Amino acid sequence: MTGLTEAPALVSGADRLRSLGRSLPTMTPKLAAGLGIAALIVLFGLVGPLLVGNPSTVNNIGLSAPSAEFPLGTTQTGQDVLAQLAHATRGSLTIGLIVGVLVVALSAFFGIVGAYAGGWVDESFSLISNVMLVIPGLPLVIIISSYVPDKSLLLVAVVLAITGWAGSARVLRGFTLSLRNRDYVAAARVSGEKPWRILCVEILPNLVPLLASQAVFAVIFAILGEAGLSFLGLGASGSFTWGTMLYYAQNGLALRLGAWWWFVPPGLLIALFGAALSLINFSIDEIINPKLRAQTRQTRKAWGLSRAELRRVAKEDEL
Amino acid sequence: MRHLLQKLGFYLIALWAAISLNFFIPRWMPGNPVDIMLSKLAQRGPVTPETRRAIELLLGGDSSLPLWDQYWQYLGQVLGGDLGVSVAYFPTPVVQVIDQTLPWTIGLIGISTVISFLLGIGLGQLAGWKRGSWLDNVVPVTTMFQSVPYFWLALILLFAFGSVWQVFPLNGGYDVWEVSPGWSPEFIGSVLYYGTLPALTIVISSIGGWMLGMRNMMVSTLSEDYIVTAEAKGLKPRRIMTSYAARNAVLPSVAGFAISLGFVVAGSIVTEAVFSYPGIGSALLQAVNSNDYALMQGIFLVITLSVLGANLLVDLLYTVIDPRTRARA
Repeated sequence: MTGLTEAPALVSGADRLRSLGRSLPTMTPKLAAGLGIAALIVLFGLVGPLLVGNPSTVNNIGLSAPSAEFPLGTTQTGQDVLAQLAHATRGSLTIGLIVGVLVVALSAFFGIVGAYAGGWVDESFSLISNVMLVIPGLPLVIIISSYVPDKSLLLVAVVLAITGWAGSARVLRGFTLSLRNRDYVAAARVSGEKPWRILCVEILPNLVPLLASQAVFAVIFAILGEAGLSFLGLGASGSFTWGTMLYYAQNGLALRLGAWWWFVPPGLLIALFGAALSLINFSIDEIINPKLRAQTRQTRKAWGLSRAELRRVAKEDEL
Repeated sequence: MRHLLQKLGFYLIALWAAISLNFFIPRWMPGNPVDIMLSKLAQRGPVTPETRRAIELLLGGDSSLPLWDQYWQYLGQVLGGDLGVSVAYFPTPVVQVIDQTLPWTIGLIGISTVISFLLGIGLGQLAGWKRGSWLDNVVPVTTMFQSVPYFWLALILLFAFGSVWQVFPLNGGYDVWEVSPGWSPEFIGSVLYYGTLPALTIVISSIGGWMLGMRNMMVSTLSEDYIVTAEAKGLKPRRIMTSYAARNAVLPSVAGFAISLGFVVAGSIVTEAVFSYPGIGSALLQAVNSNDYALMQGIFLVITLSVLGANLLVDLLYTVIDPRTRARA
C-alpha cells in the first residue's frame, strides 16, 4: 500500500558495517517528532503506574471535572482517570509489543522462509497466507473470544496476532523473491554457504527496514484491534487498556453527560501513539524506497535557492 | 483462461477453509455451546428433534458420530442453506435474520467504501503529481486520521452532530416512527439521511490510506522513462497525469482494495455498534451478547462469503485493467 513494490537498497556482504550507518534513517523533523511522542507515551506507560494510586479505588465524588487532586477528573464511580490512564497505557502497549513480536515472527517464517525455499513450500505457505488474508479478521476474533469466558491479555494478543500476520507475510515474500535471485546470493550459494547462513547473513539484513516497518504496522494494528474489541466488550477480562476505558466511558454515558475528561484522553493517546508510529514509518519507507525521498519545498529552501529559482525547479517538476 | 481457473481454484480453497474453520472453532473451544443453545431455545419454546440435530451438527454436540461423518453432514447442511435457528431472534431461522440485515450493511459500507476509494485515489493522484504542494502536505495529516481509533472518531462526531448541534439522528437506519420500509421516496430519503453520518465517519477514517498509497505510487511512476518520453513528445500535462502516470499507479491500489474489504467488514461491526445501525454487525453483537452461537457462526460464514465474493470480483476486474496478469498466466 505504501509503494513497497520497489526494490530495497541493497547491502552487499562486505560493506555491511558501513551501510549499517547508512541504513539508519536520517533525523528528519518527522522522525524526531514521531520518536519523541512515542518515547513520551512509552515512558508514561512504564513509569506512570508507579506514581499514581490504585485505578480501581471507588470514591463518592463521581464525574468531577479535572481539579488539583484529580488532574484528569474522575469517572462515574469516582475513580481517578489519570491513574486508569497510566495503567491502560501499560496494558495497551503490552498488547502492542506482544502482537508486534508475534506478527514479525509469523510473517518472517511464512514470508521469508517460504519464498527462499521455493517450490511446494512456497506454494503452500503463500496459499496459507493468502487464505488468511481474505478471511476477515475481526469477526473471527469476536467469535473466538466469545467462546472463551475468561480471557487473559496474552490470549487476546495471540488471537490478534493469528489474524494479523498474513499481510506482512505477503509483503516480505515479494521482497525475498526479488532478493533470492540477485547475483550475490547466487554467488554465496555457489561458494557453498549453508541455506540458513544465506538466509540470516545475506538476505535478512536487507529485509531489516522492511521488517521494522511491518513491526510498526503490527503494533498499530494490535492497539487499534484491541481497542475495538474491548470497546465491543470482548477484551481481556479484568485488564486496563485504552479500549476498556472507552468501553466503560461509553457505558457510563460519558458522552451524553459531557464528561470529556473521561473519553477524550484514551482516544487521544491512541491517536497520538498511532500518529507517532506512522511518522516513524514514513522515515523507514524512505529507506526502503529512495524515490520517496522527496525534495519538498522545505528541502529546496534549505539549498538556499532564491524565490525565482525555486519556482523554476517546481515548474520543471510539473512538466 | 488458465489464470481465471487458478483464481477460481484459490477462492474455492479459501471458501473451504472458511467453512472448515466454522466447523472446528465451536468444537475446539472450551465450554459447551450446544447445551447453552439448547437450554436457551427450550426457554423460548419446545425444541423439536430436527432443531436439536441441526444445532448439534453446527456446533458439535453429538459425540456418537465420528468427527469425519459430522464434518460431511455439516457440509451438506450448510450448502443446503440451513444454518439453524436463532436464539436472539427466536424463532426466526438464522438465514432469515441474515437476509434482513445484510442489505443494510452492504448498502452503507459498500457505498461509503467506494466513495472513499475514488476520492482518495483522485486526491492522491493530484498530490503525487504536484509534489510538495499544499495537497501533498495534507497527506500525512489524513493518514493520522487512520491512527485515530475509528469508533472514537465516530463517537465524537456523533456527539458533535447528534447531541450538540442535532444535525443528524443519533441512531438507527431510518425513521421508525414516520415511514415504513418500501420503495417510497420518503423511505429512501430517510435512509439516506440516517446513513450520512455513519458514511461520513467511514470516509474520513479510511481516505488517508488510499491517498498515501496512490501518492507514493504516483511519485514512483513519474520517474519512469515512459513519462519522460511522453513529456518529450509534448503531450499535455493533463494527459500525462491521467492516462500515463495514474493509470499505472492505480494498479496496486486496486489490488489493495480487495484486501481492504476484509477490514471494511470488520469496521462495519464497530460502525453499526456506535450508530445502532440495523445491519449484520449489530446482529453479530446481539448474537454474542445472548450466546446465540448458531447466529454467530452463520454471520461469520456470510461475512466471509461476501468478502470472498468481492475479492473475486476485484481480481477479475484487475485482470481486465492490467494485461500483464493475463500474459504471465
